[in-house]
Amino acid sequence: MEILGYRRPDGKVGIRNHILIIPTSVCASTVAANIARQIPDAVALPNQHGCCQIGPDHLQTLRTLVGFGKNPNVAAVLVVGLGCEGIPIQETAAEIAASGKPVEVVIIQDIGGTLKAEAEGLRKASELVRQVAHQQPAKVDISELSLAIECGGSDFTSGLASNPAVGIAADLLVAAGGNVMLSETTEFIGAEHVLARRAKTPEVADKLFKIVHDCEERAKYLNIDIRDGQPTPGNIAGGISSIEEKSLGCIYKAGHAPIQDVLQYGEIPKGKGLYVMDTPGQDIESITGMLAGGATIVIFTTGRGTPTGSPIAPVIKITANPRTFKIMEDNIDLDASPIISGEETIEQVGHRIFEEIISVSNGRRTKAESLGYKEFGIYKIAPTY
Amino acid sequence: MKKQAVVINPKDNVATVVADLSANSIVHFFIDQTEHELTLLEDIPLGHKIAIQEIQAGEDIIKYAESIGAATELIQPGRHVHVHNMESLRGRKDK
Repeated sequence: MEILGYRRPDGKVGIRNHILIIPTSVCASTVAANIARQIPDAVALPNQHGCCQIGPDHLQTLRTLVGFGKNPNVAAVLVVGLGCEGIPIQETAAEIAASGKPVEVVIIQDIGGTLKAEAEGLRKASELVRQVAHQQPAKVDISELSLAIECGGSDFTSGLASNPAVGIAADLLVAAGGNVMLSETTEFIGAEHVLARRAKTPEVADKLFKIVHDCEERAKYLNIDIRDGQPTPGNIAGGISSIEEKSLGCIYKAGHAPIQDVLQYGEIPKGKGLYVMDTPGQDIESITGMLAGGATIVIFTTGRGTPTGSPIAPVIKITANPRTFKIMEDNIDLDASPIISGEETIEQVGHRIFEEIISVSNGRRTKAESLGYKEFGIYKIAPTY
Repeated sequence: MKKQAVVINPKDNVATVVADLSANSIVHFFIDQTEHELTLLEDIPLGHKIAIQEIQAGEDIIKYAESIGAATELIQPGRHVHVHNMESLRGRKDK
């Protein structure tokens, strides 16, 4: 089975051809946004972090920014730094450039202020556009695809219909040799033993139990209760009564394939098949982690409805709640509610989702893309100092 | 007949209703291939759960064949099962 993709110098394949502007810290984000505003083919990350971060939290931000630059949906990168931030500007650029794609750098303090930095950034970004924007996608095997699976604004239909249907599509992609990522560690709580049965080795099962245990312990360490935030008020209104219930419904979206390994946030998987990534349940931070890990397309199931998109990847929305599809059709790509009414089976809708993945890979815009949604958020794991 | 409630696994002690249903209405559902019916003791909103067996205080609420928490009081068949009479057992500072 073939899709259309852009083969990058490192051999990886993207399904979009973005020119990405990466501010290495929040202090450079306005300059990055101003450059992107004038370059229609470019998109800037709204980075809120990048300075006064320590240890693993600093490394996680660095890994996320580098991962976005390396993501195969990105054809070329402009790194914009302030100059004095904790994230090393030249190293960030060099790590991305190691993947072979064109990378340019502008440093605000070196060039002498924001106006000069924007002028230099515009010149460099426009050169990047002329280098890469004309690239045409070519036929590639579907095994080149890397699918991130997310659920958000869950209600009773998520676990009953849309997540199992996405699970069918995930199984089809794994069977075709592709890559699938399941995330949201918070939403494994109460379901980790079910997932662990599918771990490829006992070590992978142990890793799975450990990330869930650590997630629970972090809440206890703060002397707080996961119930304060999970399930969310919308989940509860939609009929979900506990994190366990939410989790058991959530894990259906990863289908039935063996779990190859557990990845840290933003880590790039070493092989094909199904991987679990340790991310929070918050949608934007979870999707950001998986895209930093090289995912090129996102499937997002929702019960309550959500508009979320991404700066660098198509996000396909699916709901099985007929009311939500009706009132939020502007945001939601696929209606899985015929499962609830009994008019279609989970398998039939799963195949429909797989067809949509192919069609979006081949260039069809998702509703989030057509509306310009570009959410991005790095998961912080320590206080800022 | 249109589905009114879904029992996901035969081990479950709750069903999920797939329509807004009123108190005293009779709801039909299947456990495996066998049809069952139950009178609702209160209004149940779309997507919420009902007990399909008597559930003792402290007993696990079972959905997807797994525990989703524990009952905080005796729950009669036909009653709404939600955050007012069940609680999560995970990620808690007090347990």
